[in-house]
Amino acid sequence: MRYLLLIALDESASTGTPEEDGQEMQPEYAAFMKDMAERGVLLGGERLRLTSDATTVRVRNGETLTTDGPFAESKEQLAGYFLVDCKNLDEAIDIAAHIPGAKDGSIEVRPIWEM
Amino acid sequence: MTADVEAAVAESFHAEWGRVVATLVRLTSDWDLAEECAQDAFATALERWPRDGIPRRPGAWLTTVARHRAVDSARRTRLGESKTREVAVMAAESDDGVRPDGGEEVPDDRLRLMFTCCHPALTFEAQVALTLRTLAGMTTPEIAHAFLVPEATMAQRLVRAKRKIRNAGIPFAVPPPHQLVERTAAVLAVIYLLFNEGYSASSGSDVVRRSLTAEAIRLGRVICALMPDEPEALGLVALMLFHDARSAARVDDNGDIVVLNEQDRTRWDTAAIEEGRLRLDSATRLRRLGPFQVQAAIAACHVSDAETTDWAEIAILYDHLFAMTPSAVIALNRAVAVSMCEGPEAGLALLDGIAPDGELREYHLLPAARADMLRRLGRRSEAAEAYRRAFDLAGTDAERRYLERRLLEATA
Repeated sequence: MRYLLLIALDESASTGTPEEDGQEMQPEYAAFMKDMAERGVLLGGERLRLTSDATTVRVRNGETLTTDGPFAESKEQLAGYFLVDCKNLDEAIDIAAHIPGAKDGSIEVRPIWEM
Repeated sequence: MTADVEAAVAESFHAEWGRVVATLVRLTSDWDLAEECAQDAFATALERWPRDGIPRRPGAWLTTVARHRAVDSARRTRLGESKTREVAVMAAESDDGVRPDGGEEVPDDRLRLMFTCCHPALTFEAQVALTLRTLAGMTTPEIAHAFLVPEATMAQRLVRAKRKIRNAGIPFAVPPPHQLVERTAAVLAVIYLLFNEGYSASSGSDVVRRSLTAEAIRLGRVICALMPDEPEALGLVALMLFHDARSAARVDDNGDIVVLNEQDRTRWDTAAIEEGRLRLDSATRLRRLGPFQVQAAIAACHVSDAETTDWAEIAILYDHLFAMTPSAVIALNRAVAVSMCEGPEAGLALLDGIAPDGELREYHLLPAARADMLRRLGRRSEAAEAYRRAFDLAGTDAERRYLERRLLEATA
C-alpha cells in the first residue's frame, strides 16, 4: 500500500531566516533517506516552503476563492512529506517513527486512495 | 429442540465464535462477510444438530460451514476481487482443516484478530467495541447497552472502525517483536476495561453489563493459552479472577456494600481464587514483573486464607506499582495500606501529599479514606465532614448508603 507521511513542525521554532535555514539537508534526514532507499520503500518526498508562502484555494458556488496562508491553523505546520510504498499500516508507522521530525513535531500517516 | 442441543450451541457460541470469525477474516479479508458467515454457521447448527447430533468437534464443524458460506457468497458476487477471495478460501481448505492425528485445528487466528481489534490506530472506544463484536460475539445492541450509548452510535462506531482497518491497511497479524510489548499492553488494557465495566455493574441486575466480566476473563484465558510466555496476560487473568471470586459477597441481600473484612468468605468462589493463584505463580516464574502482576499480588493478599490481612506486604506492593505507573489512585491506595499497618496518622500524612484538586478531585474514595482515618483517630467532627464530602461525590446509591451509615456512626 502507498502512504503519504506528512511532517508537521512548529515553524516558529526553526532558527535562522527562512531562506538560510537548512539550505543543506540536515544529516539526520540524509541518513533517513539513505535507510529508506535501502529498504526500497521511498517513492518521493520534499521539504516544503514555509506556510507564509502558502496559498489556499477553495471553490464555492462556482467561484474560485484564493486566500493567503495554509488551510489549517494550528501550532504545527506542514513542513514536508514522504510518499512510501509498504506492506501495511504497521510498517508505515514504523517508517514514520524514523523520520527525524517525529521527535519534535508529528507525522500524519495518510493512506493513498488508490483509484 | 432438546435443551441439550440448545445448550451445546450456546456453549459453542461462547467458545467458538471468535475462532470462526477470526478464521473467516483471515480467509476473506472482509469483516462483515466473516460475521455474516459465522452467524449463518451457528444458525445452521441450531437446525442440524438436533437432527444429526452434536458433532465431535463443534468448532471445526462451524468453521467449515462458515467457510462454505464464504465461498457461496464469493460466487454470487461477480466482482474480480471476490474471485480472488474464492480462490483463497478454497485453497485454504486443504491446508487448515483437521490435523491427520485428529488434534485441534492448526492455526489459531484469534490472536491476530485481537491485535487488529486493539490496534492503536483505532480509538480506544472502537477497540473495545470491535473486540466485543468480533471476538466475544456480542451483538451491536448489546454492546451499545453495555456502554450506555445509543445503538445507532455504536453501529456507526463499528462501521467506521472496520472501514479504517480496510482503508488504512491495518494488518491482520501479530505484531513484530519490537512492537509486541506495547501492543500486547494495548490488548490487555481493552480486556481490563471490559472487566471493570462489568464489575462496576456486577452488583446490579443488568445482565448484559454483568456478562462483560465473564467475557473479559474468557478473552484473557484465550490470550494466556496463545501467548503462554506473556506474564502480564497471566497477571491480568489472575487479577480478574481474584476480584470476580468476591463478587457474590461484595453486596448483601439489600444491595448494600459489604467491605472486604466484613465479607462472608464462604461466598467467595474458591475455584476462581485457586486458578488465580496458579496463574500468578506461572507469571512470577517468568521473571518479568509488570503492573498487572503486582495488582494481582495485591488482590491475592486480600483473598489470602490468613487470619489477618498482611497490610505491610500490600504497602510494599503499592510502592512497586507506584514506581511502575505513578498515579494518584495508587498513591491513595498506598496511603490506605500504610494506615492499616503503621496507623492512621501515617496514612493521613500520605493523603496530605495527594493534591485534593488534582486528578482525584471528583473521586469519592479520597475523602472517604480520609474520613475513615480521622474516625480511627477519634477526630469525629473532621471525620463527619469528610464523610459528607465523600457522600456528595459518590456515584451510586449503594455507595451513598454505605457512606451514610459511616457518617451516622461517626456522629453518633
